[in-house]
Amino acid sequence: MSKAIQVDDLSKLYRLGLVGTRTIAEDVNKLWAKMRGKEDPYLKVGESNVRSAKGISEYVWALKDINFEVGHGERFGIIGKNGAGKSTLLKILSRVASPTKGRVRLNGRVASLLEVGTGFHAELTGRDNIFLNGAILGMTQSEIKKKFDSIVDFSGVERYIDTPVKRYSSGMYVRLAFAVAAHLEPEILIVDEVLAVGDAEFQKKCLGKMHDVSEKEGRTVLFVSHNLQAIRNLCQKAIILNNGEMYDSGSAEECLKTYNDLVREVKITVDTEVKDFTHRRGKGNVRMASLEVTGTEGEQRFVYKKGEKILFRISYNVYKEMAGLTCTIALLSGISREAIVLIHHVITEDILMPGDTGGMLVEIEELNIKAGEYPLYFELRDSKYNEYSKDVIDDLTPPVVILDGDEESLESYNPGKPAGYFQIPSRIVNSEVVPGGYLKKVL
Amino acid sequence: MGKDPIESEWTLEIKPVSGWLNFPIKDVWRYRDLLMMFVRRDFVSVYKQTILGPFWFFLQPILTTITFTIVFGNIAKIPTDGVPPLLFYMSGIVSWGYFSDCLTRTSHTFITNANIFGKVYFPRLVSPLSNVISLLMKFGIQMLLFICFLVYYKVNGTPVYPNIYILLTPVLIILMAALGLGFGIIISSLTTKYRDLTFLVGFGVQLLMYATPVIYPLSAIPEKYRWVVLANPMTGIIDTFRYAFLGAGSFNAGNLIYTTVFAVAILSVGMLIFNRVEKTFMDTV
Repeated sequence: MSKAIQVDDLSKLYRLGLVGTRTIAEDVNKLWAKMRGKEDPYLKVGESNVRSAKGISEYVWALKDINFEVGHGERFGIIGKNGAGKSTLLKILSRVASPTKGRVRLNGRVASLLEVGTGFHAELTGRDNIFLNGAILGMTQSEIKKKFDSIVDFSGVERYIDTPVKRYSSGMYVRLAFAVAAHLEPEILIVDEVLAVGDAEFQKKCLGKMHDVSEKEGRTVLFVSHNLQAIRNLCQKAIILNNGEMYDSGSAEECLKTYNDLVREVKITVDTEVKDFTHRRGKGNVRMASLEVTGTEGEQRFVYKKGEKILFRISYNVYKEMAGLTCTIALLSGISREAIVLIHHVITEDILMPGDTGGMLVEIEELNIKAGEYPLYFELRDSKYNEYSKDVIDDLTPPVVILDGDEESLESYNPGKPAGYFQIPSRIVNSEVVPGGYLKKVL
Repeated sequence: MGKDPIESEWTLEIKPVSGWLNFPIKDVWRYRDLLMMFVRRDFVSVYKQTILGPFWFFLQPILTTITFTIVFGNIAKIPTDGVPPLLFYMSGIVSWGYFSDCLTRTSHTFITNANIFGKVYFPRLVSPLSNVISLLMKFGIQMLLFICFLVYYKVNGTPVYPNIYILLTPVLIILMAALGLGFGIIISSLTTKYRDLTFLVGFGVQLLMYATPVIYPLSAIPEKYRWVVLANPMTGIIDTFRYAFLGAGSFNAGNLIYTTVFAVAILSVGMLIFNRVEKTFMDTV
């Protein structure tokens, strides 16, 4: 099989923080080094991209020494946690960003869908937008004209085709946008998680379409997702990215196994710190010391079958006096970030003193919600719900994935819209407060 | 591409940014349909949901002309080379307007399009080019207005003398577009990382107008300082424009040649910088 994509030693350095007067000093530094014929001083200092660790340098390798190749007609998956470098890799492959080192060689016309509906203009009609968007994606006028009817047909918005798209529902908007993209016919199609939109039926249609263009028309598809089910169904081969580096590559099935092991390694400790504070917030009065999501056997995992029992094991340290303690755990919608399942328990009403530690085990007996991916949210607070007392961790663990019964098929998989809010019974199995119990292992 | 025969199998190679001399002319040509779509988008969307629509194009030069006539003509009493002040100012405003629109619009290219540029590749030059083309519509409408006034005055026997140099108008338009585009893309490239220049553009353009014979004729400038105004590449354009349509002032081929050389130079420099920046700007914008 001839090659469609070859990536050699690809690396990308990013600068963190703000652009300001200091940036100018660095630019001057770089220029000075260049003039003396030396290596860029900032290329050396890059650190690996571990988000949760405090960095010393402001420069970070978003990608480091990535190597892989994709054959013609292959469906290739890129797997990785948030911030693993997936999107950066896609951006380089789509020529939106440039690499710092290394090179990529491609064979054939490339079309990338990092987003559906790029360049849609709200004031223009659906018809005009088909032409505009098609042109942005690299189609010529005559190509679009030829495929126009088929695009409208695929999108299913024929009735509104001469209405400005600002009057469209978000669903119609996405349908129309994907319909244009689906008719691109490039030799290499690069797709980011565009499937996270639209309803289940439409998602199925999209996945089906991607499968078809590869199977029937022999096109190469590069697909990025942390939606494991979709990767399993679509891709033959895959690579895993972790902290900007290659973790594994091989058949999609093997990679998914490796990835599950990798994901299980997530450890949350008192020191878990995130630079931008989006993943851990709080004043530090109380801090979660460890966090585990386990099945009945005590094994840490994030994939569950519908109706299975799930356990959350949390331990914490107290650093300032707290008026009691409450715990909130939520399963969020991956798209809207609303709580789908919210469980809340008062752990103790007693005053907690600095130096106290504790642990709890919370159980959801039957997790009866729609199959899908649910990011997790954990919060500790005092029983008066004071803002200052909280410790929040979200998005730091992988999302919980719920599978539908026995059939792990595309039909049952819907990361898009787990609708509604569910009252699901939960209980505290076990809770213990150890006064002055730092360092003592609880539970 | 490479010396290695195997290399040539690949249709596209993505490498770190290096070198300055790789104009994407071929690429821009391949994306000409996109260029036309952008122009069309601007046409269709610009006056959506306004009642007067394109009539706003008339209002701006008329009001400015009236203001200038009152302030500079009647109060400051700046001479107008014997031409009715209204025609004199309007000719200056209409042509200067096109240049300044081109400049301001293209100088925001990277910032206004950051969203699209971050998601899909196409030669970035398509964006500023489409601006320059779609601004022609506004210019055309305002020219029409100017010609109406001109005809009205001529019929009433005012001494204005449109002449054969009117045939130079397309050249003048191209020169204005080239200057506006050149300056614009330089500014837009320089502002991706440091936004400081954006503050300058707005009033900078306005100040530059006073260094151009828009509100005064070249002849009103003392000989001693005339070189300052002549160094401004827009001077040749405005002057020729006025001479062609009104017969006022003089035609100086030297000035126009200077402008042409200047425009070609600034456009080349602009393309070089722009072309370099388009590859790295996503990291800095």
